[in-house]
Amino acid sequence: MDILPILSTLRRHKLTAWLLILEIALTCAIVCNAVFLIGQRLQRMDMPSGVAEHELLQIQVADVVKNGNPYARVQEDLAVLRQVPGVQSVAFSNQVPFGASSSNGNVLLDPNQPQRTLNATTYFGENLVPTMGTRLVAGRDLRPDDFVDVDTALKGLRNGDSKSLPHVTLITRTLAERLWPGQNPLGRLIYLTPTVGLRVVGVLASLVRPNAYDAATAQYTMVIPLRMGADKGMSYVIRTLPQDRARVLAASLAALKKADPQRVVTTQRTFDEVRRRFFRDDRAMAGMLVGVIAALLIVTALGIVGLASFWVAQRRRTIGVRRALGATRANILHYFQTENFVLATLGIALGMVLAYGINLFLMTHYELPRLPAVYFPVGAVALWLIGQLAVLGPALRAAAVPPVVATRSV
Amino acid sequence: MFAYYLDLALRSLKRNKALTALMVLAIALGIGASMTTLTVLHVLSGDPLPGRSGEIYYPQVDPQDIRGMYPSKEPPKQLTLIDGMNLLHAKRADRQALMTGGDVPIQPQQSALDPFYVEARYTTADFFPMFGTPFLYGHGWNAADDEAKARDVVISRKLNQKLYGGANSVGRTLRMAGTTFQIVGVLDRWQPNPHFYDLNTGSYAYGEQVFLPLQTMMDLHLDRNGSTDCWGNGGGGTGTILPSATCVWLQFWVQLDNPLKAAAYKQFLVHYSEDQKALGRYQRAPNVRLRNVMQWLDHNGVVPDDVRLQTWLAFGFLVVCLVNTVGLMLAKFLRRASELGVRRALGASRQALFAQLLVESGVIGLVGGLGGMLLAMFGLWLVRQRSSDYAALAHLDPSMLLTTFLLALCATLLAGLLPAWRACQITPALQLKTL
Repeated sequence: MDILPILSTLRRHKLTAWLLILEIALTCAIVCNAVFLIGQRLQRMDMPSGVAEHELLQIQVADVVKNGNPYARVQEDLAVLRQVPGVQSVAFSNQVPFGASSSNGNVLLDPNQPQRTLNATTYFGENLVPTMGTRLVAGRDLRPDDFVDVDTALKGLRNGDSKSLPHVTLITRTLAERLWPGQNPLGRLIYLTPTVGLRVVGVLASLVRPNAYDAATAQYTMVIPLRMGADKGMSYVIRTLPQDRARVLAASLAALKKADPQRVVTTQRTFDEVRRRFFRDDRAMAGMLVGVIAALLIVTALGIVGLASFWVAQRRRTIGVRRALGATRANILHYFQTENFVLATLGIALGMVLAYGINLFLMTHYELPRLPAVYFPVGAVALWLIGQLAVLGPALRAAAVPPVVATRSV
Repeated sequence: MFAYYLDLALRSLKRNKALTALMVLAIALGIGASMTTLTVLHVLSGDPLPGRSGEIYYPQVDPQDIRGMYPSKEPPKQLTLIDGMNLLHAKRADRQALMTGGDVPIQPQQSALDPFYVEARYTTADFFPMFGTPFLYGHGWNAADDEAKARDVVISRKLNQKLYGGANSVGRTLRMAGTTFQIVGVLDRWQPNPHFYDLNTGSYAYGEQVFLPLQTMMDLHLDRNGSTDCWGNGGGGTGTILPSATCVWLQFWVQLDNPLKAAAYKQFLVHYSEDQKALGRYQRAPNVRLRNVMQWLDHNGVVPDDVRLQTWLAFGFLVVCLVNTVGLMLAKFLRRASELGVRRALGASRQALFAQLLVESGVIGLVGGLGGMLLAMFGLWLVRQRSSDYAALAHLDPSMLLTTFLLALCATLLAGLLPAWRACQITPALQLKTL
């Protein structure tokens, strides 16, 4: 296909051609970045939790009037829940993966270091590892004799009495690797305050933080042997079979209500719901981006159809003359297709530069990573395809122009 | 003349319906998308206390130990109980209130209602006059009630509706967490957005239903919500235990009627910090901040990044739609070169042609703006279906409605400028020849 006549025609419609190129370039740039953003969101929503999510339930209850021993209260509730048919395991935890509300501590490796090493989340509660279904990869799980009541620990912290504080902890593999790269973490000490040293006795494969807003620190997790009393912010975590979840949740609530009709259930949900809620804004954003991409491609396609139709109508006589001089229908069809390809290619080239610029802007304002090179061809292919599809109709109409047009109105 | 141009424009638009529809659709889509996101941004970055926010300040001091200190580091975002009480009792501002949030169980006397939890604000007397809360019945409590740990409560209109069917409940008693409180006031609708005075509870669409004195809450060991940050051997406290002395967990707001007073108050905070350091309580050099409401919201980056990003995206989309319209109009105007040539030859000036073409693009802009408004309403409805905290706030207000129309009209007129100018450059003689 000879490209020179196309270029000389375009030179006569410089302004219109440039507008089309600009539109394609803008669309290409936005689509590249939008697809990249969608990828980021999907990746985030896929963040592993390290727990048996499809088998877990969360229940939070609150007393209207506090009475009795809150620690005994929890033990009674746990006993009640264990009796519910279908319940495999129960734990009482201060927080849950992706639950948003979290307890965190500053980790020091040397009690005298001036700055913290990092910030890690701290899970408390008995029986957490088997109930949540997180895997121990080294060392041992926490034992009943490791556990200390929270009230005792807080008093000890205040009085400087280290005997009444917990002494051991579990950490995730990611945290171990971050604190002591390539070394055995078992037996090492982590300081949460200058006086509280916890010895690492076990390493977990994975356990995500409740506040996993940043993928880099999402696995900075410790499990500390502290026992809590009944409190509104704490959660009963129940493990059951995936198909039994709805039934077990209802039965557990009924059992808890029966044990004390006076209390109020504030949270009752499966862990699938916990995850869905935590990532709801990411899902909404991804949806919006898909919408924007679709709308952009449609508008651009319609714009190409409109302009191409105009050009075809404008050049009816020229086309007729070419047909009369021996050009085949395929020649005419290819002419318009090539013209569109040339415009799209120019637009895409400009769009790549723009896409890079937009990415730079987003990087400085929204802490996004650099746009990987693989996303550039995505935008290019999308625009070439859209261009060819859009121009097909007008091009076919052009090819259908009979040679006899050349003889009219001359 | 305008009527004639309008007639010409309508004729021309009718002649090529598909193209007109395409241009209107592109404008409507672009305007609809950008107005939806702009409205959400507008709602979320609004002033929660119009007319007052400039006089309300959030003082910060730095009681932390020397560990982790570096120059220009921000002080903690909240106060310790000791500092809060000291600053409250110093009474150096026109008004001041110390506060934190929580949940309390309501035990309705009516047997038909089960006990339920509501969000609570534990605060001090000046909260109500300082923030200008509207009262439906009664009033707030006074400073003496604070010190007396009075069992007084102010309830929201919503709770009053639920418990008393909207009747004046001032003077009646309310059982909460096993204690009897006396209702002293009922607030009218009041829900500042963003929830500026405590951003830890969620920034939007959060409204407390009961307000009671802070000292009463501490006396009764009521449940507390929000963020607690500790250092040294500090412990966050659970259940009935308050956070320790080395923890920050309270918000403190002051009203300072003019900038002079604000400067003096900042100086007071520095002196206070120096005194505390001399006493041995503080270890760091005075590190104070005094931001007003809007500065505080800005400092905390309250508007979600996603919302800003969506606004950028939508405006990018609008630009594409406009470029698209410019291209189509250009093609259309040039196609009518011969008609324009005839008009020129018959004596129409360039300005007249230009005006005629701009009227045509203006018509497209108006219709597109109307479509865009409908689409924006649909878009906002879609936003409201989301589960984000702020979703329910997404409504089009009159000022945004006007903005929509102006934006649509300006955008299309701007889009019409280039094609109209280009079309006016046509030499009439050349066009007439080809007729």
